[in-house]
Amino acid sequence: MRIQGRGIAITIYLLALFLPIYWLLNMSFKTNGEIMSGLNFWPHHVTLRNYAHIFTDPAWYLGFVHSLTYVALNTVISVSLALPAAYAFSRYRFIGDKHLFFWLLSNLMAPTAVYAMPFFNLYYSIGLFDTVWAVALAHCLFNVPLAVWILEGFISGVPREIDETAALDGYSFPRFFIKIFLPLIANGIGVAAFFCFMFSWVEQLLATTLTTVHAKPIVAVMTRVYSAEGMDWGLLAAAGVLTMVPGAIVIWFVRNHIAKGFALGRV
Amino acid sequence: MLDKPWNNRAWFFVIPVLVFVLFSSIIPMMTVVNYSVQDTMGQNNFFWNGAAWFQNLLDPTTDIGGRFAAALVRNLIFSLVVLCIELPLGIAVAICIPRHGWRVGAALVLIALPLLIPWTVVGTIWQIFARQDIGLLGAALNSVGIHYNDTQDPTSAWATIVVMDVWHWTGMVALLAYAGLKAIPDAFYQAARIDGASRWSVFRNIELPKLQKVLVIAVLLRFMESFMIYTEPSVVTGGGPGEATSFLSLDLVKIALGQVDLGNAAAMSLVYNLITLSLCWIFFTVMTQLEQRKGS
Repeated sequence: MRIQGRGIAITIYLLALFLPIYWLLNMSFKTNGEIMSGLNFWPHHVTLRNYAHIFTDPAWYLGFVHSLTYVALNTVISVSLALPAAYAFSRYRFIGDKHLFFWLLSNLMAPTAVYAMPFFNLYYSIGLFDTVWAVALAHCLFNVPLAVWILEGFISGVPREIDETAALDGYSFPRFFIKIFLPLIANGIGVAAFFCFMFSWVEQLLATTLTTVHAKPIVAVMTRVYSAEGMDWGLLAAAGVLTMVPGAIVIWFVRNHIAKGFALGRV
Repeated sequence: MLDKPWNNRAWFFVIPVLVFVLFSSIIPMMTVVNYSVQDTMGQNNFFWNGAAWFQNLLDPTTDIGGRFAAALVRNLIFSLVVLCIELPLGIAVAICIPRHGWRVGAALVLIALPLLIPWTVVGTIWQIFARQDIGLLGAALNSVGIHYNDTQDPTSAWATIVVMDVWHWTGMVALLAYAGLKAIPDAFYQAARIDGASRWSVFRNIELPKLQKVLVIAVLLRFMESFMIYTEPSVVTGGGPGEATSFLSLDLVKIALGQVDLGNAAAMSLVYNLITLSLCWIFFTVMTQLEQRKGS
């Protein structure tokens, strides 16, 4: 009985979760005429026009390309910078380690709105403004600390004896790190990469502040539809549905580790 | 924690991150500091303005000071409200997540899905959902006689923002709590069964204490994220109606990028950042002490 009660509770929660998404999905298959003419619980004249528009208009599909490019760049940069640092924090004590760790954490927690204006100045002056690199580097502000934090948690779960045994067996440090250590924390790297992907993919304020034309992310394309072309609700809904796809795909790969990842590797 | 060897050469591993953070955090912050103590007459002519921006900002009787104080109070109330809803709800959801079989993975993926939706799109989803003419929620509420209009009525706007945040982030609390629950050995539950403990006392005496650590992380992440909330309300209400949902980040962006009022924006940025930093430090201290207590 009790197990059944829980099953019902979680089902209700998930249904409530999906109600707004269902409404978006429903709307994305309708024409604007049908959307404005009243409430329908399913599209009476299913149309793929909204999706076709996104896949054929460069302004729209390039938005997806830009977003995915800076997200990928950011994930690679963040994880590779964070790996050695996480190893150091996990294995050794050194002067200022605790202060540095807190300082990193404070960057993770700093309000992005505070950085919008100075980042604009910074990337404008070094000539990276309106490139995917500007956004990729800007997102490192919170993704590098996050990756360090997650990886530190996972690395601390690997016994130090392994490092010592490898050293005794005559492995040089770089060889040990790449051949033995990286495979051991593969899960941690996957989870860290997932989180970098996630926070770079969902962020909007910096991504739109640092781009105008050539690297416009999909979220910026979406906001500009509001003012310019009036309210094209169907198109907006279709774009919204498509932005959920990359997230849903990567989530599937880390589903078994995601809970531990959200605990920042600290369970 | 204490048995880690002391080795200052570990600094070499940290240097890449350090250099990057210098570039990405210190240089921009110095720009802000620079603006916060200067005023301009236009044409890029800046002159020293001392602490005048800060004095204005921290004095609630001035225009900008009153605005800042109001936004701060609004934001603190918002953070507390969403924490009070999301924590219990998240724990409840975590307890209900199945423990075995394919349903575990499915439930985890579905619960996590809202977290992977770009924040603008979360705003868009709720903007559409809440409309009275074409949105399911708005239309349904109005048809049963509840006066609901999220762009005109402050109460509706607040309710929409809070419900949206709960929808968006409860999954994270649930996943954290689930990770904590999974770490509890079966032996604990068996012992409780032998003692004939009630469900409530199992929760109170076994699960809740074991969840302490992940819940501190949950509070830290949820508080910080809600304290800097920007994108979702900016799409749904734009800070309105009036100033009703104008939280700190929304106000700051309005001043910095909308009005390009550099002095006020810079002073506000620094004070805002300092508040976050102190709150973050408190959470961090609590967390490291919990870890140490567990280690010893």
